[in-house]
Amino acid sequence: MFKKFNAKDDIHSRTNIKSSVQRGLKSKLVEQFPKLENVIDEVIPKKGQLIVIKCTDKLSLYAMDNEVLFYQHFDDPFVPSLKLIHRFTDCFPSVRVDRGAIKFILSGANIMCPGLTSKGATLPDENLPAGTVVAILAEGKETALAVGKLIMDTDDIKKINKGIGIEVGTHLGDGLWSLEIE
Amino acid sequence: MTEERPSARIILYCGICTFPPEYCEFGGTLQKCKDWLKDEHPDLYDKLYSEDVLTKATEGLSLEKQAKVEREIQKLQAKEANKAEKELKKMLSSKVVVKRVERSKRKHVIAVSGVEVFGIDPKKLAKTFASKFATGASVTKNVEGKDEIVIQGDVGDEVEEYVTALLEEKGLDGVKVERIEDKPKKKSQA
Repeated sequence: MFKKFNAKDDIHSRTNIKSSVQRGLKSKLVEQFPKLENVIDEVIPKKGQLIVIKCTDKLSLYAMDNEVLFYQHFDDPFVPSLKLIHRFTDCFPSVRVDRGAIKFILSGANIMCPGLTSKGATLPDENLPAGTVVAILAEGKETALAVGKLIMDTDDIKKINKGIGIEVGTHLGDGLWSLEIE
Repeated sequence: MTEERPSARIILYCGICTFPPEYCEFGGTLQKCKDWLKDEHPDLYDKLYSEDVLTKATEGLSLEKQAKVEREIQKLQAKEANKAEKELKKMLSSKVVVKRVERSKRKHVIAVSGVEVFGIDPKKLAKTFASKFATGASVTKNVEGKDEIVIQGDVGDEVEEYVTALLEEKGLDGVKVERIEDKPKKKSQA
């Protein structure tokens, strides 16, 4: 989604968020990612000033201290930025892809089911429903390489093994990763 | 029973390609990244690139696949090197144009164009000009669609000096700063 994302052209406005709205955002985030509950105050401290950056295509980036934490497209669930996932890897559900898929993901491709069911890949044992935002790790690597949304339930991915499994939202080295906020 | 939640992990990012070091091989600047890592964090370098790690990673691949992987990495690196070279050449061949435009009989403005190619932010530069010359300066789009910095007053000489100094600082001192005088056409007598 951030393949061609330019700070100059695509950012429209930047506003501070009221603390009441900020509280609501925090509770929505914890609702979406239950494991975030214990660390949410580290991610978004109480006294911190959250900024929302409005971009083209009804895309909002939520940032604090010049670092993007989450983004949201229309009213879809929140997607954490890669840098946030690197900091709190265990708080987000994750999948592991096969080593051969890394090259394609880093050029923006979506993840096909075979990349998630082959030898090097791991899918969680319990079913994750379609629409869940997951961190994408790679075989043999410790840090996340991308963040995406599940198109099919993980059980379906294991069973059907055909078609697109995960739609990649942001990956290492894309527009969002290289974005510098003044 | 309370569980200890892991607090924030601090992840090191490569100084050359900004990826986590384990992904440097996909960035196209592998050699530079390896050198940087060796200098800055030798322990991580050993962990990632030491002999046994490499053999473990490639033992799953057959010999010809290994060669293919090597060739692909080389190709990527060559592509990135070419891109960097082309950009540098473009930078050296473009020039900054300082144009003096007449606003009315006694007043002139200076229009500076072609600064973006060198990685200079026109807005920031405009602000610096405004405070330096104590006049108004703004960024507008000129006829060709490129950004232009318009400074009120006849400050052409100082601008040229300042811009050359700025470029030298960046290391691009071969660049030309061209001075043009923009004369409006005089109304021909019927």
